[in-house]
Amino acid sequence: MDTSRSASVPAVEMRGIVKRFQDVVANDRVDFTLLPGEIHALLGENGAGKTTLMRILYGLYHADQGEIWVRGQPATIRSPKDAIARGIGMVTQHFALVPPLTVAENVILGHTSGIRVDLAEARRRVAAAAQRLRIPVDPGARVRDLSVGERQRVEILKALYRGAQVLILDEPTAVLVPQEVEALFASLRRLRDSGLSVVFISHKLHEVMALCDRVTVLRQGRVVGTVSVAETDRNTLARMMVGRLIQPVSRPAHPAGHRVLLRLDRLSARDDRGLLAVKEVSLAVRAGEILGLAGVSGNGQTELAQVLDGTRPAESGRVLVDGQEVPTGDPVALMAAGIGRIPEDRHESVVAELTVAENMVLEHLDEFVRNGTLDREAIHRHAARLIQQYQIRARPEDPIRTLSGGNMQKVILARVLERAPKVLVVAQPTRGLDVGATEYVRGKLVEQRERGAAILLISEDLDEILELSDRIAVIYEGHIVAILSGEEADPERLGLLMSGAALRAEARPPGGM
Amino acid sequence: MSGELLLTFAVGLLAATLRVATPLLYATIGEVLTERAGILNLGIEGIMFLGAFVGFAAAAQAVEAGLAGHLWVGLAAAVLAGVLMGLLMAFLTVTLGLNQHVSGLGITLLATALSLYGFRLVFGESSVLPSIEPFGQFSVFGDLPVLGPIFRQYGLTYLAFLVLVPLSWWVLYRSTFGLNIRAVGENPEAADAAGVSVFRVRYAAVILGAALMAVGGAFLSLAQLGAFSPGLIAGRGWVCIALVIFARWDPVRAMWGALLFGGVFALQLRLQTLGLELPFEAFLALPYLVTIGVLALAGRQVEYPGAYLKPYRRE
Repeated sequence: MDTSRSASVPAVEMRGIVKRFQDVVANDRVDFTLLPGEIHALLGENGAGKTTLMRILYGLYHADQGEIWVRGQPATIRSPKDAIARGIGMVTQHFALVPPLTVAENVILGHTSGIRVDLAEARRRVAAAAQRLRIPVDPGARVRDLSVGERQRVEILKALYRGAQVLILDEPTAVLVPQEVEALFASLRRLRDSGLSVVFISHKLHEVMALCDRVTVLRQGRVVGTVSVAETDRNTLARMMVGRLIQPVSRPAHPAGHRVLLRLDRLSARDDRGLLAVKEVSLAVRAGEILGLAGVSGNGQTELAQVLDGTRPAESGRVLVDGQEVPTGDPVALMAAGIGRIPEDRHESVVAELTVAENMVLEHLDEFVRNGTLDREAIHRHAARLIQQYQIRARPEDPIRTLSGGNMQKVILARVLERAPKVLVVAQPTRGLDVGATEYVRGKLVEQRERGAAILLISEDLDEILELSDRIAVIYEGHIVAILSGEEADPERLGLLMSGAALRAEARPPGGM
Repeated sequence: MSGELLLTFAVGLLAATLRVATPLLYATIGEVLTERAGILNLGIEGIMFLGAFVGFAAAAQAVEAGLAGHLWVGLAAAVLAGVLMGLLMAFLTVTLGLNQHVSGLGITLLATALSLYGFRLVFGESSVLPSIEPFGQFSVFGDLPVLGPIFRQYGLTYLAFLVLVPLSWWVLYRSTFGLNIRAVGENPEAADAAGVSVFRVRYAAVILGAALMAVGGAFLSLAQLGAFSPGLIAGRGWVCIALVIFARWDPVRAMWGALLFGGVFALQLRLQTLGLELPFEAFLALPYLVTIGVLALAGRQVEYPGAYLKPYRRE
């Protein structure tokens, strides 16, 4: 009886929420209703306003207009503290954990009473909660020593420990391998069945279809609609999300050339802490081929990319471009040899205060000199041409920091592709970009492949790797643990390899089972 | 040197080491708490100076007014001065989010100038340096043979080593306030999301830290010297900045750092009397050189608090 009554009262109701940032309307009269015991997806492209809406609910932002009702009561939520007090917990994309503290300390942070912290008691209570909720974590472990998946469990435990009845998860699967995603989904279903309401922010259709009960789709700050997952399908949701049909990047099959344009020969490199992060990596990328490098974040991909863009010297081993050895740790030599670089952090490969035009010529200033000074006119013409050619929404004289992520990436792309490099080293090229820009960037990579460039694509986005790569190498703890052809790769298999599981299985002594 | 002479020398050195280390210990622990919350307070040199001056001036006024317990009046005044400077530092760096280097140096300039100006106002330009009856030294163990001098110390020295060090360790690692300090200094976003007021915790840490710095300064004028002079602090605040890094933001290691510096300082005073043919400035420079050396060795691979120097704003 009680349950039927509570089922009719929404866990959360947001009405007419408006939120503006300067002149951008992030949420435009958004209505959102979350029922008790449901997993409700907030679906939309980057910048559609999903996270903004939930940050308002969690008290991290303040709505300009609108009201929030929690379990039938009007609620004023000014800070996360207010949200927690009303049983709302949120796991943000950047984990809100303090790495040097232990799991127990993180869980009780902000939730302590009195002057003294009883660490032993805190540990016991956290362990008990972990067991009751079936979320396996070690309360005494330091968060900095945990994997991303474990950290996420700590975040969820933290929210539930504080009595959350509403749990908001912001793109929780972005950092997980497929097996961890399955475990997360199983936990969430179990928690839902025990009465928890979950908001699942995502832009991945298959996850929404697999996990959620209802979906609210946002586009450009507005609600497009709320539908039951049982009564919809992926195509409908996709259309709601982008307002048009998405064309998957078509990748015409064509045989890779025979010429190896990029060869890594037993390449090793150390990370910032001086530990070996890339261990004797040997790879060959042929003309007209995209070689995807898959791996969970932090397994040496970043360091490998840095060796190839010249910002990190190799410890040992060789880099050969079109058969010629190139010294590492020397960006100029690598560029001269024909390597074009799209670095992982696009903000680090532009100079924020300089204009679009200046950034476009930054790597080749010597070509834009007349009588010993910079030829501003030529720089401007050059920029105007690239802006048109690459459909960049900016003017040559705009400071590059004012550009959106997508447009900034296009500037970098234009700067590199303009040189028609033999080899492209591309790291996380679509991270943080919206669907349109992502499509554009991927299309350009395929174009380069057809032109005959050898492309090393380093990405943590498995879908991207699978969609674009001719062959896929998997990196785990600095080693290449497998190289698969595009046809034999699927998410499960890659996931196993990325998590090192395959390696452990092989390392087991024969007959040991 | 005979064995007995050597023992006397060692005992004297140790006793002096504890004395020299005392003001450093107060100020270093103050800076540790501040930096653990994510704020570098370069006002330390000036706040120590102001603490020394305000403490001395208030004590001298109390003597003139015939008040009993003039030294305690002085100490309380120094704490108050430290709190006010901490409040200003917190306002500049936490509320306004200004650059912490510039804010801290500005406070050092301000506090130093205020002290010198105040000194002129209160004491005029007399040719005799004004002085007061300072805190006395005592031993909690009575008069021990041989080792006695080591334990003949100021109350503030006892307080620093026996109370402040364990208490600040406990506060940092075992109290709610300390957990909050570590959280806002490492990841203010996380602390905020957990319902901890970053603003309040940082204000409290900066103010508490500045009060301790002022006590460190006041120790020199109220206990060690019973007087105030412009060269009183002589860069001790800057030494503390180095000691914090040496200590890796830990109160107990801060104590070892203060003792190391205090030991070298006490040693060079004794070396000066040996009659070596070196200018005395060379000896004076010794503790600072050791500081630089130790920092170069111990400070290379330290892990700074995650949010060090970063003002916090909700987006």
